[in-house]
Amino acid sequence: MSQVAETTGSGAWAGDGEVVIEVQDLHVSFQGRVGVFKGLSGKQPVVSRAVDGINFQLRRGEVLALAGESGCGKTTTARAIMGLQPPESGQILFEGEPLPRNLKPYRRKVQMVFQDPTGTLNPRQTIYEIVAEGLRIHGIDRGPNGEPEEQLVGRALSHAGLRPPERFFLRYPHEVSGGQRQRVVIAGALVLEPEVIVADEPVSNLDASVRGEILQLLMKLREDLGLTIIIVTHDLGLAWTVADRVAIMYLGRIVEIGPAEDVLLRAEHPYTKALLDVVPEAGGLDRPILTGEPPDPTRIPEGCRFHPRCPVVESGRAAELGIESRCRGEDLGLRHLAPDHEAACYEAFLRHEGGAAPA
Amino acid sequence: MSEVLRLRDLRITYRTESGEVPAVRGVDLDIQTGEVIGLAGEDVLAMKPGRLRAVRWTGASIVFQGAMHALNPVQKVGDQIGEAITIHQQAGEREARIRVDSLLEQVGLPTRRGQDYPHELSGGQKQRVMIAMALACAPSLVIADEPTTALDVMVQAQVLRLMKELQNDLGLSMIFITHDLSVLVETSDRLAIMYAGRIIEEGPAEQVFHDPKHPYTEALSAAFPEIGDMRFRWHPTGLGGDPPDPADVPSGCSFHPRCPKAFDECPQIDPPLYDAGPGGRRAACLLVRSPAAAVGSEVPR
Repeated sequence: MSQVAETTGSGAWAGDGEVVIEVQDLHVSFQGRVGVFKGLSGKQPVVSRAVDGINFQLRRGEVLALAGESGCGKTTTARAIMGLQPPESGQILFEGEPLPRNLKPYRRKVQMVFQDPTGTLNPRQTIYEIVAEGLRIHGIDRGPNGEPEEQLVGRALSHAGLRPPERFFLRYPHEVSGGQRQRVVIAGALVLEPEVIVADEPVSNLDASVRGEILQLLMKLREDLGLTIIIVTHDLGLAWTVADRVAIMYLGRIVEIGPAEDVLLRAEHPYTKALLDVVPEAGGLDRPILTGEPPDPTRIPEGCRFHPRCPVVESGRAAELGIESRCRGEDLGLRHLAPDHEAACYEAFLRHEGGAAPA
Repeated sequence: MSEVLRLRDLRITYRTESGEVPAVRGVDLDIQTGEVIGLAGEDVLAMKPGRLRAVRWTGASIVFQGAMHALNPVQKVGDQIGEAITIHQQAGEREARIRVDSLLEQVGLPTRRGQDYPHELSGGQKQRVMIAMALACAPSLVIADEPTTALDVMVQAQVLRLMKELQNDLGLSMIFITHDLSVLVETSDRLAIMYAGRIIEEGPAEQVFHDPKHPYTEALSAAFPEIGDMRFRWHPTGLGGDPPDPADVPSGCSFHPRCPKAFDECPQIDPPLYDAGPGGRRAACLLVRSPAAAVGSEVPR
């Protein structure tokens, strides 16, 4: 597999190409409840296919953004990678091995940062206790070079930008600002010296002027510690500022994935284009906006799952190209359109097969 | 054009156990008929229109953040809209029901949705109901407090477009409050940026967004970078430090401890809004100060 970020110039992390995490055909479903009597009368529970067949690889040192509307399965995917959500089928490989039954050693290496720092932190613990908790759970009382706990906690806090760390040891979460709270959460993840961080909307609850700082911190951690990062976000602008690769999810599937430059500047899938169209910008609001609410994972449409909202189908363009029946009837997977750029759209396939080679 | 609302030296102080906390420290703002003003900043929310209560509903109405919590869960949404009409306009029940139906249509909901309870509606639909309520008494000013933050990206765009259309059709004046500058520049004619309880920059929306004069506005604007702008690729930009504690605002320019451009005068002089260009652009920063053009009486010498 060729390296992703090479073409992108300054700042890009070239990566060493080694795959850290591989997600293979991941499926996660949630079942609705059925009452006893309805169950006896043969009613089947509603099944919500939150993640419906996802494949991707995460290479060491890269930042991957998982983006999409709410309900597209991005958070469920992140939780499955953490082992918080058992997959229905498919598997997750870490350094080539399937996740073990005992997840404890794995969790040392893969840590999660949640969305809401205020809700994540125990208000009755000091910041020291919060950060040290991970060490205690894993029974670590010395660092790799025999450092005492205090030094490990201090190091994690200063990596997270809370300096000098001693000033924060005895404080409680309510005594620090929102941005600092998110730093405490990140320090809690860093203390175990993980290789991968999964961050679920890490800045969406933070003030606009503070968001950039937290993102800068994540970029710096990648540079200094060689961390591999998955960021779950609904904000494509954020993906542009931090991610090497972007995966766009729709109804439990990845519909487009590739280097951020390709996906965000040369989008192939109509859904990616629609998402890009609604990024607010000056003079906007005249752009096309998809109608309807986010789709329902309990009722996934036949064919291409995006077709009921797809502007290519709606405008009659699909019929003109003679692909409408496939859009409506045949499910499809991702296909390579450029070396590292994949999308799942019949119209895009056609554009790349006939005529000019992809740029 | 006539003024719908004029604020002069608005000050709001909260009395708390630990003393008085000035949340708004002298704000001047004029809103003309049919004008949309975007109010941004970290602590704009303190300005929530407590002072407007007298004219609420008929003069001005509010669309709140988080529609899901603002609606009564055990009352049909149509009745909730109707209530505002019967109470404030002394309309009969039948009259109110007709008005409710036309309001629902106006916000793009089928009239039968009026018979639903809030939990039967999606987030976007609930926000539409909130907008219908805000329009119920034909206000001349609508204040939208983070009207789309709880909504999904696609639904957010739909709701923003609806609000903009209604504003155009009905000639409403609006105040949009959010910290997302990119939403404001899309919806507003003018922007007013607040920091530490004051307006620190104002002017035509696009100019303020694309050519900010105040370093704080610059930072806010950079927090929402344009996709494709190589300056921000792998370079998220942010401000150091935290928003000031309203009980303990820094001396001089309240922004100076976080300001990347601060110089020795900044901690001493509290800058008023200086003229900063055509189109009524003003900014409270010593860097744009030019003594002749300074607005207000407290021109520092």
